[in-house]
Amino acid sequence: MKAMSEPIRFHFDVDGEDFSSAGGASVIVKKKLRQLGLSPEIIRKVSIAMYEGEINMVIHANGGTADISVDDREITIVLADRGPGIPDIGLAMQEGYSTAKENIRTLGFGAGMGLPNMKKYSDEMQIETEIGVGTTVTMKIRL
Amino acid sequence: MKIARIRELLSAEILCGEDMMDCEVSSACCCDMMSDVLAYVKDQGVLLTGLVNTQVIRTANMMDMVCVVFVRNKMPTPEIIALAEESGIVVLRSALRAYEASGLLYHAGLGAHESHE
Repeated sequence: MKAMSEPIRFHFDVDGEDFSSAGGASVIVKKKLRQLGLSPEIIRKVSIAMYEGEINMVIHANGGTADISVDDREITIVLADRGPGIPDIGLAMQEGYSTAKENIRTLGFGAGMGLPNMKKYSDEMQIETEIGVGTTVTMKIRL
Repeated sequence: MKIARIRELLSAEILCGEDMMDCEVSSACCCDMMSDVLAYVKDQGVLLTGLVNTQVIRTANMMDMVCVVFVRNKMPTPEIIALAEESGIVVLRSALRAYEASGLLYHAGLGAHESHE
């Protein structure tokens, strides 16, 4: 990849009303990263981490925003929502723990793997959350 | 294994990606939970599923899969097929149940893991 003086940034509004369009931003980011010539391994990590996050925002928080920046060292994904917040992050991080309703499960999600997966595929993950205010997840993937 | 062979083994109908029948795949997975596909799948080129929605295609796209097989005769909507076409993913549809379809492919040599010969 060419050296970048300025980070490249992408911004998306994630629509919380439409489950079928969820993941659209991740698809676009994946395409952009391919155009930048990043390795398939890095692209896979970013794609999965961001896609899980996007799905989470749609399922739990009625949408939000996604901001991605790419510089010479890392890719940073910031997912911010004004959802209900996460009461117990430790519990939410457990594989298999989910508060998703049954209707979400019939759509193929809500297996309690979202947050653990996001942590697994990113090199660094931070969650800031406040009940009734919202949640911001920041993930970094090093190049 | 070529996708054409998968189509043949599963007596499947091609819903899109007819030009990709010569594409080679070396492993597959069968799952209705996309969360689990994202958590456990690694380099499997084919996804067999009975779940029908756009997220099946997006999940396959994120995992760099090349072929989705809808089992139990599930019919994807035109929107789903269009998304697959745009993503360069072959969509097949088979009347077989998931267990039987998986068994046939496995028996014919399409394993669960990428072979490293």
